Amino acid sequence: MDELCTGLCQILVESGADAGLAQFLSLLVGVLLVSGIPLVTVIVLIWVERKVAARIQDRIGPNRVGPVGLLQTIADMIKLLSKEDITPTAADRVLYNAAPLVSFASVVLIWAVIPFTPFHFGVDLEIGALFFVAIASFGTLAIMVAGWASNNKYALLGAFRVVSLLVSYEVPLVFALLVPVLLAGSMSLLDIVHAQTGMWFVVLSPLAFVIFYVSSQAETGRAPFDLIEAESELVAGFNIEYSGMKFGMFFAAEFLHVFTNGILMALLFFGGWMGPLYYESPLIAFAWLGAKGGLIYFTTLWLRNTVPRLRIDQIMAFNWKFLVPLSIANLIFISLALKVMQELGASPRNLAEAGFVELLPTTVVLLVINGAMTIYLLGLLRKRGQEARRESMAARVPLAQAAAD
Amino acid sequence: MNVLNEWAFIGVFAVMAPVFPALPIVIAWLFRPRKPNVLKSSTYECGVETIGDTWVQFRVQYYIYGLIFLVFDVEMVFLFPWAVAYNEMSLFGFVAGFLFIFLLTDALFYAWKKNALDWK
Repeated sequence: MDELCTGLCQILVESGADAGLAQFLSLLVGVLLVSGIPLVTVIVLIWVERKVAARIQDRIGPNRVGPVGLLQTIADMIKLLSKEDITPTAADRVLYNAAPLVSFASVVLIWAVIPFTPFHFGVDLEIGALFFVAIASFGTLAIMVAGWASNNKYALLGAFRVVSLLVSYEVPLVFALLVPVLLAGSMSLLDIVHAQTGMWFVVLSPLAFVIFYVSSQAETGRAPFDLIEAESELVAGFNIEYSGMKFGMFFAAEFLHVFTNGILMALLFFGGWMGPLYYESPLIAFAWLGAKGGLIYFTTLWLRNTVPRLRIDQIMAFNWKFLVPLSIANLIFISLALKVMQELGASPRNLAEAGFVELLPTTVVLLVINGAMTIYLLGLLRKRGQEARRESMAARVPLAQAAAD
Repeated sequence: MNVLNEWAFIGVFAVMAPVFPALPIVIAWLFRPRKPNVLKSSTYECGVETIGDTWVQFRVQYYIYGLIFLVFDVEMVFLFPWAVAYNEMSLFGFVAGFLFIFLLTDALFYAWKKNALDWK
């Protein structure tokens, strides 16, 4: 994007435009190009989401408008355009109207730092990872504002849950994010991908990936964490009072957020665009990134349509008493093991220049640590699950006896 | 690209980002019907008129979660530079960062023992 902007800027200046204006215009073109990708993707994503959900539920899904229903989203958009937009009299008008904008904008803004190929990206911020965390929390804020400004009991309950759920799951998310940052020694997403030349980070730290995956599923508010819009208890949660295009924007933002997280996980843990022949052409690199991100996105859809919703106390206990301690322990063990190996000279200090062979001892040690932790955790979870079952069975015995009497 | 230009890009992007969702809403505003009435724009409720004030205080449990989150969030911002410098760090800097994480864990277990993490 850098060369493009500079080149465009030069052409504009040569054709007699003001230097400041030329710079602004070239930046604008760059922004439109980068944001065009998520904006076009989201139209396809809505179709994918509906089709996958339908197939999992043994339905066909949209198949009437266009070939295999591909134009269904367009038809829905036209329908939403002609829908009356109802603003409740009791609502806080400014916040009520701002919330869908902030919700969608926060997701699109993440794409500013996402590198599509080694050479094509919006900007390569030195604090890219932190930028993602900061912008993603705007989405949380938007949902909370929407629930509060609607002045509706159900929407407010949804907003309450946002405060606890989304905010809590950000802690393990960021702790898991620290692991790739620590391994790469940089917060820039480009550097993080380059550091995975020798070995993908998902191999070096599978647990960090699992933690990131689970908490990003919670961050996007999807099943089994979809408490904020629980259809059966809160009717629709935070977006209950929204109609027409504003409602559509919330949904587009959610679908896009899930896909964005898929792409981010591909970048952080699966080597981004790296794959056979990626250096041959930027198109191949882009295809690799899209394929990896798409695969992760598909598994989140699968998860969403398979598992039932959890209770709020279960979700909070799972986060604070399991995921947060686990993510801290993971960070401690990984950083300790890596430092010991670096001091002994068994592990390279710069992963970007290290090959597969040089990284082999590090990989083995980290994998063994992760494996040991996983075995211990599975045992712990099984024990805890048995206890919980025994407790609830003990509580049911008197009830069953009373029924028998 | 120099630093200022990078942030100029982010700046233009941040200004443009709300325009994308605003555009369809504005287009819809041109086409959509406008027939509001008192009943239609009243607050949604299940079968009855909504009772009492909606804008009530949040339960204190939410504030406790919010506070614990704040502690962790602020401390994590300090951990990011530590993680970036990790590969070139001396042993002293590493141990200092480690102590910091242990203090953080200590705070979590304190909250745990005080039952602040239980949903009530």
